[in-house]
Amino acid sequence: MTLTQLATSPPATGPDRSVNDPPSPSESFARAQLRRVFRSWPVRMALGALVGLVLIAIFASWLGTSDPTELSPGARLKGVSAAHWLGTDSLGRDVYSRAIFGSRVSLVVGLGAATISIAIGLLIGVISGYSRSADAIIMRFMDGVMAIPGILLAIALVSLVGANLLTVLIAICIPDIPRVVRLARAVVLSVRSEPYVEAATTLGTRFHVMIWRHIVPSTVAPLIVQGTFIFASAILAESVLSFLGAGIPPETPSWGNIMADGRVYFQLQPGLILFPGLLVSMTVLSINLLGDAMRDGLDPRLSGRL
Amino acid sequence: MTTSSRPDSYRVRVLTVSELKVETSPALERPPLVSGICFDVCAGETVCIVGESGSGKSVTSLAIMGLLPKGALEVTRGSILIDGEDVLSASETRLRQMRASKMAMVFQEPMTALNPVQRVGRQIEEVLRLHTSLTARHRRNRIMEMLEAVHLPDIERIYRAFPHELSGGQRQRIVIAMALILKPKVLIADEPTTALDVTTQKQILNLIRELQQSQQTAVVFITHDFGVVSEIADRIVVMNRGRVVETGTRDQILARPSEDYTRTLVSSVPSLVPRHRSDPAAHKVLEVVGLGKTYEKPQFFGRARAVAAAKDVNLTVARGEITGIVGESGSGKSTVARCIELLIEPSSGSVMLNGDDLTKVRARDLHSVRRRVQFVFQDPYRSLNPRRTVGDSVMEGLINYGMPRRDAFGQSAESLELVGLDRAVMSRYPHQFSGGQRQRICIARALVMKPELLIADEAVSALDVSVQAQVLTLIDDIRVRTGVSILFITHDLRVAAQICHKILVMRRGEVVEVGDAMTVLANPLHEYTRTLIEAAPGRDWDFQNFRPIHAPSATIN
Amino acid sequence: MAKYLFRRVLASVPVLFVVAFIVFALLRLSPGDPAMILAGDGATPAQLDAMRHSMGLDRGIIEQFVIWLSKVLRGDFGVSLITGLPMRDLVLDRLGPSFALCLSTITLAVVVAIPVGVVAAWRQGRALDRIIMSGSVMAFSVPVFIIGYVLILLLSRGLGWFPVQGYRPLSEGIGAFALHLTLPTLTMSAPFIAVISRIVRSSVIEVMGEDYIRTARSKGLSERGVLFKHALGNAAVPIATVVGLSIALLLGGAVVTESVFNIPGLGRLVLEAVLSRDFTAIQTLILLSSVTYVVINLAIDVLYSILDPRIRY
Repeated sequence: MTLTQLATSPPATGPDRSVNDPPSPSESFARAQLRRVFRSWPVRMALGALVGLVLIAIFASWLGTSDPTELSPGARLKGVSAAHWLGTDSLGRDVYSRAIFGSRVSLVVGLGAATISIAIGLLIGVISGYSRSADAIIMRFMDGVMAIPGILLAIALVSLVGANLLTVLIAICIPDIPRVVRLARAVVLSVRSEPYVEAATTLGTRFHVMIWRHIVPSTVAPLIVQGTFIFASAILAESVLSFLGAGIPPETPSWGNIMADGRVYFQLQPGLILFPGLLVSMTVLSINLLGDAMRDGLDPRLSGRL
Repeated sequence: MTTSSRPDSYRVRVLTVSELKVETSPALERPPLVSGICFDVCAGETVCIVGESGSGKSVTSLAIMGLLPKGALEVTRGSILIDGEDVLSASETRLRQMRASKMAMVFQEPMTALNPVQRVGRQIEEVLRLHTSLTARHRRNRIMEMLEAVHLPDIERIYRAFPHELSGGQRQRIVIAMALILKPKVLIADEPTTALDVTTQKQILNLIRELQQSQQTAVVFITHDFGVVSEIADRIVVMNRGRVVETGTRDQILARPSEDYTRTLVSSVPSLVPRHRSDPAAHKVLEVVGLGKTYEKPQFFGRARAVAAAKDVNLTVARGEITGIVGESGSGKSTVARCIELLIEPSSGSVMLNGDDLTKVRARDLHSVRRRVQFVFQDPYRSLNPRRTVGDSVMEGLINYGMPRRDAFGQSAESLELVGLDRAVMSRYPHQFSGGQRQRICIARALVMKPELLIADEAVSALDVSVQAQVLTLIDDIRVRTGVSILFITHDLRVAAQICHKILVMRRGEVVEVGDAMTVLANPLHEYTRTLIEAAPGRDWDFQNFRPIHAPSATIN
Repeated sequence: MAKYLFRRVLASVPVLFVVAFIVFALLRLSPGDPAMILAGDGATPAQLDAMRHSMGLDRGIIEQFVIWLSKVLRGDFGVSLITGLPMRDLVLDRLGPSFALCLSTITLAVVVAIPVGVVAAWRQGRALDRIIMSGSVMAFSVPVFIIGYVLILLLSRGLGWFPVQGYRPLSEGIGAFALHLTLPTLTMSAPFIAVISRIVRSSVIEVMGEDYIRTARSKGLSERGVLFKHALGNAAVPIATVVGLSIALLLGGAVVTESVFNIPGLGRLVLEAVLSRDFTAIQTLILLSSVTYVVINLAIDVLYSILDPRIRY
């Protein structure tokens, strides 16, 4: 224990504090730390923003002023007005309504990408961390996937297989999976050499029980943190893919699609890009802040890393 | 150790610490880390600060160096005079000038104390660059002299070496060379030998004493080990929970301690006097024959190189007795233990447990034999899953073997009571317990399985000396009450002497000596065993009875 | 040292093989038929078969892979399905602008991020650190193209300092070259600066807690001396890692930036290939950028052994 830790950790108790003290609440130090981190105001604002976003996505049908896919050729590229709170796009669709509905796409893509890549990555990572023969093959394959630039792989996949929400989701997940695998594998490797895991072995704990009881729980905290960052980067990736014309079909209301549409008319109507851009940025920023806070709280050693 | 008999008028006081108080900063509602610390050290004298973990001895040493972490800890009272100059009121610039030239420090962990990406010669040279105006050639000469003075071999090579190319003992010599090259008035040594093997420890202690005498350095030696204290101290400061308990000369503290705390601490120090005698007729629970473990070190070119971690090890553990394996780091003692437990697969030999050869057990039958051998690990902080309650951890084994939860609960509670814990602890988490308590929990977890053999791998090494004594007593007590047979692995010959009936001495994977504890310690046959016994700190002192064993020798050389 | 180098080179061979396999397999996933695209809508079935045969599409998948791989190894990447030009010429033609953009970006990123990260670590927990870290998290939360458009809006359209879009090669004068490259460089480097400075900060903070830093202080070294003589040298390995990874990510960033600023580089070529479903071009470009990644990582591995004497196994 370093001195700084000494100064910041709870007061030292004597070597043999009476074990018959009234039991303290079984709240671990990490949880207390997490609670402290979540008390800071930027994190609270981020949380608030995200809650708001989720509400918007759920109640989009009530919040939108018109059908986000309805074309009105007569009202193209209109500015801000009472009828169109954020103007209209090049096909006369209401930008405000499209943005409201677009939050659904962003949340689905972000959550979906985080869930899928964590689930697959955890599975492969645990196998890799436990089986030496599988490890060699798996890690070479993962190195190969990691060598391919994520954006390139994603746009190639989408354009080759065809653009829809699912392919976009998968295309965004694939480059993230190797990173999750590496993280999960690293945690498994370090945990499986912990004396408490060896102790469980000597107590006759069987392999599959060991995985669930002792190994997987210790991957939860780092993977949640990683998942948060994947959530954020997936939203960014979706907007980039749509912007490049390799995203979900252009008629679907998504923030990326609004910006892609506004690209050509940027000089004329900068709001078409800047407003959804602001939404994307605020959302991603909030998630990143939350991720930082969780990392600081759950695993102070990782503080400051990505 | 003759300095204490020198007339007081010759003494020059070079370090005076008075009424020192260190608090966390910003001051939280928390007791100060240390307060009311007073002691002084004279030129050429060694003052040992002794205390268990959390006693504040390291905080005190950092305060003397002016190295307390800024913004975290702060001296709020008192003064520290070095050569008449107050460290606490010195400016930052002046403090930097004083470091290494007036006061220097040697740290506990030689493996991490040196910058890994710089050659050691340059790291020593940095001290000279900072504090002298010597030319490059003179600097080099001084460094070479110093490397020779710390008895390093092949100093030309060492000068150019990176830290990772040196052994722990060599690195500690480098750190000492760095600390003493400017002949500082005060040397603070913070547990400088704790991380080293006993034989290396002996050499380093001799070296510090030798340089101290030639330079007339005042040494503040911080340690938890009364064995070391009895060998090097002129005077002793006993600390506990941030306060000085007692100060006095070596003989006063060791022979006539006036405080109860000191008394307990001193009498907890294990001595080399063995207590048990093995019964040659007892039934052999464990018989290991010709056990070997080799690791294949894959080479890129050519065939894999085989590294033997254990070679042809034979040992027995008799029913109700404790067999100890003693050895320094890298001796293969833990490899043997892990082979017996089948945590790793032995390369050769057999492990007979009550007549069954464990090495012949097929992988799928492993489960059925696991419970017959149980393990207690070294690190009490890592051998319990922090996410599971104590009850879940202790019950885990029983439930694995199909016992209903209710029964497992009852047996676990009994087991915990056997090790002196209340059954109420079962609903709590490991982080709520001290190291000693956790080790008790681990013992309870092993015992609840009713093993035929219990392996304790350095089970008391991480504990403070008073807790260590308690746990040793507990283990012996349990052995008597339950009749369990124990294989006890330790690096500390003194601990082995306290508890073992039979002792094996291992070196570099081989057993060099084996026999009854009495015989091995009283009449060692192998030279290495004799070296270990001679290096064991404090063997001239009978701590339990507060008296020297022989007439104290004048020097330790 | 030579042994270490040799081992590293050898270790990257399977990675390259995996990359080649993935890239090859990727295109076989697609439901479209390259022969159909090339032959056009009006082609007869006989024409299509001839086309398939000439492209080798009628052979077994393994055989196709082997043929393709052996060609690639000889530097023959095939012919673009759309333009009919050899891929090698196409790539060389577009290399210049991308190379200029990537080089200026990574230079700017490193030059700015390292001092910024060190300063943040230096003032850890204080106001300056918080400002830097907040700026950093914002910089990689904004889509790169948004940064680009905002810069265009402010500096080109607003103040008129820079051209809105386009690219001038160095041969047309350094002034025009630099002027056209400034905004794209600023845009593209923003997230890299953010990420690198975060890593620099955390590495330096971590190193400053090590035992040898305490040793250095006990020698009487000033805080500045501790930082420059001991901390930075040890923080170099993680910093080199993140810089290397950034270099490898540049081409991905170039796709977006070149498309915002209308720069005729490899990034734009990727996009054109994807939108026109030019399979050969997609294959070649992904393969080349992956190989670049592997080679750069190899170079970093070698750099490690120079930065840290312990890594020479």
